[in-house]
Amino acid sequence: MLSAVLRWLPRGGQAGIAGEARIASLLLWALVAVLLLGLGLPLLFIFAKSVQDGDGGFVCLANFAQVLQSPGLLRASSNSLQLGLTVTALVLPLAFAFAWALLRSRLWGRGLWRQVGLSPLLAPSLMPAISLVYLFGNQGLLKDWLHGGNIYGFWGVVLGELFYTFPHALLIIMTALSAADARLYEAGRVLGAGPLRQFLTITLPGVRYGLVSAGLVVFTLVLTDFGVPKVVGGDFNVLAVEAFKQVIGQQNFPRGAVVGLLLLLPAILSCLVERHMARRQQAALTARAQPFAPAPAWLRDAGALLLLLAIGLLLLALLGVGVAASFIKYWPYNLDFTLAHYQFDTVDGGGWSAYVNSLQLATATAVLGSLLVFVGAYVCEKLPGMALGRSLLRFLAMLPMAVPGLVLGLGYVFFFNHPANPLHGWYGSLGLMVLCCIAHFYTTAHLTAATALKQLDGEFEAVAASLKVPFWVTWWRVSLPVCLPALVDVARFLFVSAMTTLSALIFIMTPEHSLAAVSIITMDDAGDTAAAAAMATLVVLSSAGLSLLLSLLERLLGRRNQRWRKPG
Amino acid sequence: MKKQMAACIGLVCTGLMAPLAQAATTLTVYSALEADQVKDYKAAFEKANPDIELRFVRESTGVITAKLLSEKNNPQADVVWGLAATSLMILDQQGMLQSYAPKGVENLNREFVDKAHPPKWTGMDVWAATICFNTVEAVKKGLPKPESWADLTKPVYKGQIVMPHPASSGTGYLDVSAWLQMMGEKNGWDYMDKLHVNMAQYVHSGSKPCKMAAAGEYPIGISFEYRGAELKEKGAPIDLVYPKEGLGWDLEATAILKGSKNLAAAKMLADFSVSLPAMQLYEKNYAVVAMPGVAKQNPYIPTDYAKRLSKNNFAWAAKNREAILQEWSRRYESKAAPKN
Repeated sequence: MLSAVLRWLPRGGQAGIAGEARIASLLLWALVAVLLLGLGLPLLFIFAKSVQDGDGGFVCLANFAQVLQSPGLLRASSNSLQLGLTVTALVLPLAFAFAWALLRSRLWGRGLWRQVGLSPLLAPSLMPAISLVYLFGNQGLLKDWLHGGNIYGFWGVVLGELFYTFPHALLIIMTALSAADARLYEAGRVLGAGPLRQFLTITLPGVRYGLVSAGLVVFTLVLTDFGVPKVVGGDFNVLAVEAFKQVIGQQNFPRGAVVGLLLLLPAILSCLVERHMARRQQAALTARAQPFAPAPAWLRDAGALLLLLAIGLLLLALLGVGVAASFIKYWPYNLDFTLAHYQFDTVDGGGWSAYVNSLQLATATAVLGSLLVFVGAYVCEKLPGMALGRSLLRFLAMLPMAVPGLVLGLGYVFFFNHPANPLHGWYGSLGLMVLCCIAHFYTTAHLTAATALKQLDGEFEAVAASLKVPFWVTWWRVSLPVCLPALVDVARFLFVSAMTTLSALIFIMTPEHSLAAVSIITMDDAGDTAAAAAMATLVVLSSAGLSLLLSLLERLLGRRNQRWRKPG
Repeated sequence: MKKQMAACIGLVCTGLMAPLAQAATTLTVYSALEADQVKDYKAAFEKANPDIELRFVRESTGVITAKLLSEKNNPQADVVWGLAATSLMILDQQGMLQSYAPKGVENLNREFVDKAHPPKWTGMDVWAATICFNTVEAVKKGLPKPESWADLTKPVYKGQIVMPHPASSGTGYLDVSAWLQMMGEKNGWDYMDKLHVNMAQYVHSGSKPCKMAAAGEYPIGISFEYRGAELKEKGAPIDLVYPKEGLGWDLEATAILKGSKNLAAAKMLADFSVSLPAMQLYEKNYAVVAMPGVAKQNPYIPTDYAKRLSKNNFAWAAKNREAILQEWSRRYESKAAPKN
């Protein structure tokens, strides 16, 4: 629908300013419609489903009562809470230490360490879990470290989730740390505060919002991830796995909806806290702040290096062991090299076609998604008037942040698979999965694009309007080229996310369009751990390969399009 | 509204509406066959019937059964090929199966065919409980080889055993059902209570315990003979143990869903499923098949295998499946604290 509108736009150019406004509002409402379809309506259907019985009769809160009474679910909820709190408490200091070492030292190669810190983003959450089995499983390399303990259970899941959530926490804390004001440190030094005191009274208070917001993000991620608990959870049952069991294993959709709603609660809560904090934080930063640059200090740098090494190597180990395991013939009895695990024909999960599907899905999501997001952000930021439509669009753009993938996936099942839905025929197609991915990752992509657009002076539009140049010409000739780096960032983010995500797609996937990340779970369920590791390796390699390719492209484009940023 | 919602549930997850490559007829086949078997079976049928394409939806027994039941009012499958007879009997109790006597059904052992005339389902082969026992790890840990189900409750095996979850795996359910039938309900549950103390994990599929045993992850996996023999042939350091009290077992079977829109093609598949070429395929994987005289000796499976199967009352196992699974879940899934 959108591409049709775009194709139609250039010809409308002759219509002049009156026609332009009409086209702008058409565009805006088309975007709102797409997001309502891909986000709003599926969510509404979860609420509806949670108050119905299996045959669709209205049962009020009976499903909730049933779920709350079932001891298995109660235990799963308390397990989930315990897990979320533990992981959050552990990942925050780790991510903070790593961010501090990156931003407050003068070490060489910090850019490389940054990539190491973010490397878990390239892998589905199943990868660390599989690596953990090879490291600490009963035949694991480092099994002795556990002194007879067992990786299957609470602590195994904690370790896997640490790896999975680390880069998310790191990104947020790095942003917070980099906003430091050098004048404060100067004042502290002059007043005689030592490094420790400076750290406690300036650094920590400065990042407290970042820490809280990272904590909320991590907590929500842990609660809604089922990749890690599924592989190394053993008998440790969590809510996310319970929702999966209810819906896929027992086809009990109303109960699945209730569990899904339970999982929506912490996410909504985080969002509210976040918004509340954002309002207070604005006052804390001033425009006159001076960027902080660390002074030379070899002792501090040595400490930073140790921190980076310790955490970085742990991350690389959890990524690398799975990759290595996929080439081993028969762990632990025959350690010869083999490519046999990459022949997916004899195992469950859809094999190479699943991988190809995932590539297609990720590419389509990246291309269509970044276009959609960029047009949406432009409409939100740059076009005049249409206050109601724009605030609706903004709300829909921020909504996905509060919706875990698992909940969104359930919503898609309930909404698009309803026989009365005219789009029913779309169910199970690749197109629907693309829509689902775009909706799921919309917020981050939108914020990136909007930030880039905000850096552009609004006068471009004002001048264009006075010259009677329609907005799409400005968009195409000015905004788009200037924001190309941000656009490439968005595309990369969407590609990697679509490649590695599991939570939403596992519910709407069909045997014709099986996906790589989902097939990892299927293979592991059937006991083909090496094949699962092989597929996870493929996913990591593709994400890393594309990221590298886009970085090169970005450099190339940067040289051509970003010359204006340089002085002189 | 009620009807609509039911239809909606029926369609969930099948993705039937996805555009399909056009052969003359496409049959949707639900199956709990092993992934490595599906490929051969599908190729053999499509070679014999070039104008019919099979679209397999493969999942573990529990998931396929739940899916079929949830689609009761709007069936998406044409044929079920390779599902536990106990599950098919549940579908039959719900009136979901089409009566049909496939051509050549008279050549099958009558015990392996539904008693109704014409039958609702026809058997393919027997699969039965087998313990995979890792000899290398056993030496390291000083574990004696178990000979019986009772042996598995000995304290020496604590935390060393894995078995399939009976709700998701047909192999898991046939174990539970056989223990209850062999030992009687009270003693059966008592036995499982004791076994639970030794159990390290309940896993999703019937193959996984044996694969875990073969990889030494846990030395003892309660699985079934096909997977055990296959892994042993590949060189896994395992012994296959056939507990002396008797082996729980079930039939893999075929049935046509009532309301199939491709009834003619579905009947072709039902015919193929009982034919000699099909039996020869099953025979490659299983020691006992429904057609007498086809089976050959597998070096890893004992000659008197058929006699070791426990007495199995299918009707009872099917009728009580839901109640048994509920009780199982109450006892072993809702414990207040993790075991270790």
